[in-house]
Amino acid sequence: MCSATAKQGTIVRGVVWVRVSDGGALEPRINSSMSHESENNRYFGTVVIDSDTAQGQRIQTDIVSFAQKCEFSEPELFAIRLAIEEALVNAIKHGNGSDPSKKVRIEYSIDHEQFRVCIEDEGPGFDPASVPDPTDPEFLERPCGRGLMLMKHYMSLVEYSGRGNCVTMLKRRGEVKEDNGDD
Amino acid sequence: MSQVSGRRRRLVVEEDINGITIVNFVDKKILDEANIQQLGEELFSLVDGPRKILLNFSNVEYLSSAALGKLITTNKSVSQAGGKLRLCCIHPQIYEVFKITKLNKLFEIHKDEQAALEGF
Repeated sequence: MCSATAKQGTIVRGVVWVRVSDGGALEPRINSSMSHESENNRYFGTVVIDSDTAQGQRIQTDIVSFAQKCEFSEPELFAIRLAIEEALVNAIKHGNGSDPSKKVRIEYSIDHEQFRVCIEDEGPGFDPASVPDPTDPEFLERPCGRGLMLMKHYMSLVEYSGRGNCVTMLKRRGEVKEDNGDD
Repeated sequence: MSQVSGRRRRLVVEEDINGITIVNFVDKKILDEANIQQLGEELFSLVDGPRKILLNFSNVEYLSSAALGKLITTNKSVSQAGGKLRLCCIHPQIYEVFKITKLNKLFEIHKDEQAALEGF
């Protein structure tokens, strides 16, 4: 349903996100056009990258530019960029252990309603509940462990699946989150 | 652009008349791993004694948790060397990152450079 009307193609091997029924969940379908796609201001696709943060930067820039075209606000673009950055670094460094033989797969879909991305690595996975609270005074000076917390703060939803090697993040456009921080 | 071993420097470092080291960031987005690694090396190289170091973030629009890690490590080594580290001019969106992670409690953060230099 999507590939026939696709207007734009730049990179990559393609999966198209298809809404199988009205109001139903989006499901991935293999798309042979190997590209980023857009249709009616919806941007979607799948990108497979090496365990290389420079490649991660490029896809991050692409996705943020699509979110911009879908009229996400400046703070929302900040949130999306940061969440993708943290999730990709987690996948590349902690998941794949920067192993050049392992890949990271990024599936995304962006429209005027929401941004959604699934990032899957080839690592052993982890239990997000086992990550200590980095704001605990005991851990405040640890140089790592903040990425997951930032992802949860900036996204509407963060969910791990598989063996804990696949994260799905969703951000609804225009959603106001309560600020529970203090000065 | 100045080059060090073929790499573009990530920090602009100057010293004021009171001997305070003022550091500005070259990158607007402190994200890429290689950049952050280099940034860390340049920050650590400043800690050669009990220095007073002010990090001015006015040029910085994005910053990831990996960069926060380098700032934490720098802060520790500055303290261990008997020096002091202050931060200033942090963009409100980035300040929120400090707030969420409660690192605004760990670092001494000032609104502008003048306020940061006072009583340093």
